[in-house]
Amino acid sequence: MGLKLEENRGYPLDKQLRSWKDIVIEPLSKLDDDAMTRVRQILMNGIETEALRFSHAAHRMNPHIQHELAIIRRVEQHQATTINWLTPPDQSPLETTIAYEQVAIEVTAAVAQREPDPYLAQAYRFGLLEDFDHLYRYSALMDRLEGKDANNILQSYTDILPGRPTMVEHRHPIDDIRTPYEKSAADPLTKLHALILVGGEFQTHDYYMNIGPLFSDPLARQLYAEIASIEEQHVTHYESMCDPTESWMEKWLLHEANEVYNYYSCAEQETNPRIKALWEQFLDYELGHLQVAMEAFKKFEGRDPMQIIPSVFPDPLPYQSNRNYVKSVLAAEVNLSANGTAFVDRSQEHPRSVHYRNQLNASGSPSEAVAANYIWTPGTELNRPKYASKAVHAAKGAMI
Amino acid sequence: MTHLEPTMGKNRTGAQMSPLMSAAMLESIKEFPWDTVQPTADSAERIRLDYAKDAHAIGSIPMPLTLKGMARTGYEKIKGEKPEIFIDKLGERMAFERMGVRLYQALIRKCEMDPARHASMDLYRLQQICDSELEHMQMLKQAIEAVGADPTATTPGADAMAVASMGLGQVLNDPRTSVTQCLEAILIAELADTDGWQLLIDLTQETGDETMLAQFQRAMQEEEVHVLEIRSLLKELTLGKTKL
Repeated sequence: MGLKLEENRGYPLDKQLRSWKDIVIEPLSKLDDDAMTRVRQILMNGIETEALRFSHAAHRMNPHIQHELAIIRRVEQHQATTINWLTPPDQSPLETTIAYEQVAIEVTAAVAQREPDPYLAQAYRFGLLEDFDHLYRYSALMDRLEGKDANNILQSYTDILPGRPTMVEHRHPIDDIRTPYEKSAADPLTKLHALILVGGEFQTHDYYMNIGPLFSDPLARQLYAEIASIEEQHVTHYESMCDPTESWMEKWLLHEANEVYNYYSCAEQETNPRIKALWEQFLDYELGHLQVAMEAFKKFEGRDPMQIIPSVFPDPLPYQSNRNYVKSVLAAEVNLSANGTAFVDRSQEHPRSVHYRNQLNASGSPSEAVAANYIWTPGTELNRPKYASKAVHAAKGAMI
Repeated sequence: MTHLEPTMGKNRTGAQMSPLMSAAMLESIKEFPWDTVQPTADSAERIRLDYAKDAHAIGSIPMPLTLKGMARTGYEKIKGEKPEIFIDKLGERMAFERMGVRLYQALIRKCEMDPARHASMDLYRLQQICDSELEHMQMLKQAIEAVGADPTATTPGADAMAVASMGLGQVLNDPRTSVTQCLEAILIAELADTDGWQLLIDLTQETGDETMLAQFQRAMQEEEVHVLEIRSLLKELTLGKTKL
C-alpha cells in the first residue's frame, strides 16, 4: 500500500527543532552496516542537498514565498547535516567514492526498470552504464593506490566490471540535453524519478569536485577531474528530463513530494533500527513541509496541488542488487552514444562530440591508464596468480 | 640531491615573515581580550564525553559463518581465551602488508622518475623488499584461511590501521615529495610493522601452532632487516644532504 497524503499530515513545521546533539549523531559502521543502508544514506543526502539548491534558486526569483522557503530550508539543511554526518570517519574519500558509484548504479537500475516513459527509461539505462564504468575505474584506483578491495564497501551487491568506457563518455554539451517529460501528461513517478537522479548526480559531482584535490597521486587527481566532468554531463542529462515549463511553485511541490517519497522508501526498507527511526522522523518532517508547500500553491496559483503531485505515493523505490538487469543492459547497450536528444550507435555520433572527446583525451586517458588490465579479485589483485608467483620467488630468496 | 629536496626559499608560514601584520594581530587581541567573551556552560570535554559514553565499536571481527564451517576449517584449533583477537590481528597484519606492497611500489616509482637520485637507492633491493611484503601478505592470507576466517574481510584492527596510515600513501604518491621524505614515511610503516609482527607472534605462541609461529618469526626477522636498511638509507641521504 502506498503512502496516502490525506492520512499523513506530518509533523508541524514550527515544532521541527533539534539541538546539535540531535543533529550530529553516531555515524554508520563501515564494517557492520548493510551496504544498502549506506546507499540510502548517500542518496538521501543527495535529495536534501538538491532541495537546498532548488530552494535557494526559488528564493531569488519568488518574493512572495521567501519566508516559507527560508524556514523549511533551514530545517532541511539540518536534516542534510544529520544524514551526511552518518558517514563514518574511517571511510576514506575513495571508499566513499565507491559507495557513491554503488548508489548511482543500484538506484538508476531500480529507476530504469520502473520508469513508465520508454524514452526516459532508455535515458536511465544510458546513464547507468556510464556510472557502472566509473565504479570499475575507481575500484582499480583503490586497489592499486591504497591496497584495498572495493568489495569491502560494495558487499557483493554490485559487480565490478568495465561498462561504457569512461574515455568515450565525453560528449559535446548539446549531446547531453534530453527531451523533457510533458508536465500535464507525465506519470507522477516519472517526475519523481527525474528529481531523484538530479539530486544523486549533483551531489556526486560536487563530492568529486571537493575531494579530487585531496589526493596526492597525479593519476587520481586526473581521474577525479575526468569523472567529475562526466557527472556534470549527467546532471545536464537528468535535469533536462524535467519539463522546463513547470512553474516555480510546481517544481517546489515536486521537490517536497520527492523528499516525502524517498524517506518513505527508506523507512519501509531500512534494516538498522536506529536509522529506520531517523527516516521515519524525517518522513514526518517532510510531510509537514509538503503541507506548507501545498497551502502556498493553493494561495498563489489558485489550483489544487493534487493536479501536480499524487494523493497516494507509488510503491517504495526498491533497494536491492540489480546484477542481472545491469548485465543485460551492458550486453545490449554498451555501444550507444547520443546525438542531440537521440540515443544512437556510436558510429552515428555527431562530429562535435567526437572532436570534443578527442581534445580532452589528447594527452591520454586517466580512466584507461588507471584500470589497464584490471580484473577485480577478492582481497585485491595482489591475490592474482602473477603476484602469487612473485611472492613464492620472494619466499625462496628470503633472508637475503 | 635532487630538485625535490627542499632548499632555502620564500616560506611564508611564520609570523616573522609579516612582522607588521603579526604585531597588528597581537594588538587586536589586546583590544578584545579573551576574558570579556561570555563564558559558556559547556566544555569541550563534556561534549566529547557525551559521544564517548554512547559510542559503539567501529565494527566487529568477522567470524566463520556456521559452526559446521568452524569445525571444518580449523577455527576450533585456535587456543587461548579470545581467538577472535587472533583473527583481528591476522587481518590487520595482512592488510598492512598489502598496503606495504603499494607503498614500496610508489617509492620505486618515485626513485625511477628521479634521474639524479643518490647511488645508494638500489632499485633492485627495493623491489626485493616489495616482493617480501607481498609474500608476507599471502602467507597471512593462508593463515587466515587456515583458522577458518575470511581473508577478504576488513577486520576492525585493519580498519584502524588503515586510518592511521592514510598519510603515508599521500606522502609517497605526491610528485612533489623528495626521496628522503618518502623514506621517512616508509620508515614509519616499517617500524609499526615490526611491532605489529611481534604482537602477532606473542598471540601465535598462545595458539600453540608451531608451523605458523615459525613462519611469522621468519617474517619478523625480514621486517627487522627492512627497518635497518630503510633507517640506514634515510640516514645516509639526510647526512649527505647536510654536507652539501
